[in-house]
Amino acid sequence: MGGPFRERDLPQVGGESFGGAAGTTAQAVPGRTEETMIINMGPQHPSTHGVLRLVLELEGEYVISCRPVVGYLHTGIEKNTEYRTWQQGVTFVTRADYLSPFFNELAYCLAVERLLGIEAPPRAQVIRVLLCEMNRIASHLVWLATTGLELGAISMMLYGFRERELILSIFEQVTGLRMNHAFIRVGGLAMDLPEGAEDRIREFLRVMPGRIAEYEDLLTDNPVWRQRTVGVGCVSPDDLLALGVTGPLLRAAGVPWDLRKAMPYCGYETYDFDVPTRTESDCFARYVVRVEEMRQSLRIVEQCLERLEPGPVMVEDPKVRWPAQLSVGPDGIGNSEEYVRHIMEESMEALINHFKIVTQGIRVPAGEVYQAVESPRGELGYYVVSNGGNRPYRVHIRAPSFVNLQSVPKMVEGALVADVIAAVASVDPVMGDVDR
Amino acid sequence: MPVQRVPGSAREPTERELEEEVRRGVLLTTLAKAVAWARKQSMWPATFGLACCAIEMMATGAAHYDLARWGMEIFRASPRQADLMIVAGRVSQKMGPVLRRIYDQMPEPKWVISMGVCASTGGMFNNYGLIQGVDTIVPVDIYVPGCPPRPEMLMYGILRLHEKVMREARLR
Amino acid sequence: MSDVAGLLERLRARFPDAYEYRGEANVVVDREELLDALRHLRDEPSLSFRFLSDVSATDWPDLDPRFWVVYHLLSMEHRWRVRVRVGLPADDPRVPSAVALFPTADWLEREVFDFFGVVFEGHPDLRRIELPEDWEGYPLRKDAPLGGVNTWYKGAFVPPPDQRGL
Repeated sequence: MGGPFRERDLPQVGGESFGGAAGTTAQAVPGRTEETMIINMGPQHPSTHGVLRLVLELEGEYVISCRPVVGYLHTGIEKNTEYRTWQQGVTFVTRADYLSPFFNELAYCLAVERLLGIEAPPRAQVIRVLLCEMNRIASHLVWLATTGLELGAISMMLYGFRERELILSIFEQVTGLRMNHAFIRVGGLAMDLPEGAEDRIREFLRVMPGRIAEYEDLLTDNPVWRQRTVGVGCVSPDDLLALGVTGPLLRAAGVPWDLRKAMPYCGYETYDFDVPTRTESDCFARYVVRVEEMRQSLRIVEQCLERLEPGPVMVEDPKVRWPAQLSVGPDGIGNSEEYVRHIMEESMEALINHFKIVTQGIRVPAGEVYQAVESPRGELGYYVVSNGGNRPYRVHIRAPSFVNLQSVPKMVEGALVADVIAAVASVDPVMGDVDR
Repeated sequence: MPVQRVPGSAREPTERELEEEVRRGVLLTTLAKAVAWARKQSMWPATFGLACCAIEMMATGAAHYDLARWGMEIFRASPRQADLMIVAGRVSQKMGPVLRRIYDQMPEPKWVISMGVCASTGGMFNNYGLIQGVDTIVPVDIYVPGCPPRPEMLMYGILRLHEKVMREARLR
Repeated sequence: MSDVAGLLERLRARFPDAYEYRGEANVVVDREELLDALRHLRDEPSLSFRFLSDVSATDWPDLDPRFWVVYHLLSMEHRWRVRVRVGLPADDPRVPSAVALFPTADWLEREVFDFFGVVFEGHPDLRRIELPEDWEGYPLRKDAPLGGVNTWYKGAFVPPPDQRGL
């Protein structure tokens, strides 16, 4: 850092047309002196959305420069997948972005299925879309809850988690776990929907729109909320695209780019939903976009329920399919009795097949594939490389939070310290995704 | 219980002196128990949520599984005001020194709950990136397994910690 | 899905060896022509790959070149993706940095440097991003160990997954 601080070294923030804090650079700060203070925010901080460290150079309350430091949650997920079979990879990648685990699993399984050249059966695809959209709602609820907490609307935290409990109990009924499910498997799903799950989802669909209306009542016209978020963290759409930002941030800047519409996967082209966009590109616009996305996800879930047809949820190919028929027994999810009887008493080939696939895993042809899905944070991509064996050769996760975090310095330089918190919250970084 | 003899006297302690002695011992024990009771009734956790377990910890603090029943709903941001550190999530190599520093900043008496398998033993990530068990850097009182543990499991761990505090019942 | 055949036609005008695998277009370039190739892909109006999705790398220790750095580009107008692959030799893993063309490559390249030791020349601030600053070694290379500990499980020590001989 050394040397006197020169005004022409300042980065230019956003465009004047976006107004608010973006138009204020440090040149315009009244009474400015040459003394700056370097403050460290995090990694342990109640408002940085996880273990994110921001090194801020402050001039009074105004931020001169902001450098995010990440890596405090680096887990080595990518290296770990190279030592496990292809199906076991699902349990690792699901913990990367832990607020939207189904998206991780979906992208990984779609990538591996493309390498294999197979497609999951239609019922599995519909249930995948159903679970992913409910996960999108759950993730946006956590975003709303934690952003409300960080900006001071503490009751929003309780409301958000209350609704999330509804969704998590449905997930628990379907997959057995509240989080990090490892339910979407290569070739389909682990199990079919259990009895009563559809009724509970319908009940949830009946209740949720009223709750979303409650959040809007609480926040949208709230003068404190508006003052904290309107005009804060503005970045022009060109800067966002140059920085590689996708997801609600890009849509709140006016670019209607949604992978579900633009490059659909899993049958998304057959569903009827809108992609909400705004043009102001500030924190308030991002809030409105995310709330509206929750509504659109509810629409998609309803359509999923209507088009559920009975059928298999795993491909038939015996070299790929997970061999067991799972069912819920007294001690949790395990092999069903008929299946155990089949492999132990009736068919030797089935036993050998089961043994090989479970211990050695499936073989995936050599090649590389990049599969992207639209996660609640943006474009979540999986670059999967195979060398023809039964283990992944390389799995790289293109994490949306990692790339979106690069835009934080641009949002924040020239703004107040309190705006740093609002801006980081509106980017919605999940540090498990950033650091993997 | 041996009775302390009054120095300089060789005679047997009187009944009055014995009574005083017993009362003093009981009073101190009762005081220790009262202090332990006060400590466990309002143990304030420090925010140390790292990964997926942090979300479950927040869910435990939220309205459905309410931690406020035990006076723990305020997660203090500053470790100087906290007496419980719930290490919720996977501790990477970069985060280890930070964890130790936060632990050192907490005033005595302090307790540590290691929530989830990643904090307890490194969990499913047996690799270069994680510290294999947070008990290699801080002393842990209660280990709560699970990936992530259900809110009820965390609550059970907290209640066992309360029992431990009552059992230990010390004044310092 | 997307019109890969049309994309390949336009790619082959400049990259005659462009090939398709599993519905994706791939282009292999040398590191000297990498920046020109990226600039062409970005500025050519019939291609207009103006969005860089991802920079990543793979380590093939038995092959020469050993490190294969890949750039995933996205064209929002035409809804296309393309992958640009660059091979780097084992003793000289340097490649020019794409930050000037795509500012998003900043952190992505730092991550590749952190994990593989690939040096991006011209990068404004090439240092470790995920691992601690003083970490030694490049963990995602194939000759780096997984680095786990033995765990005591049901009465025996189970070694970490890379030493189990499976």
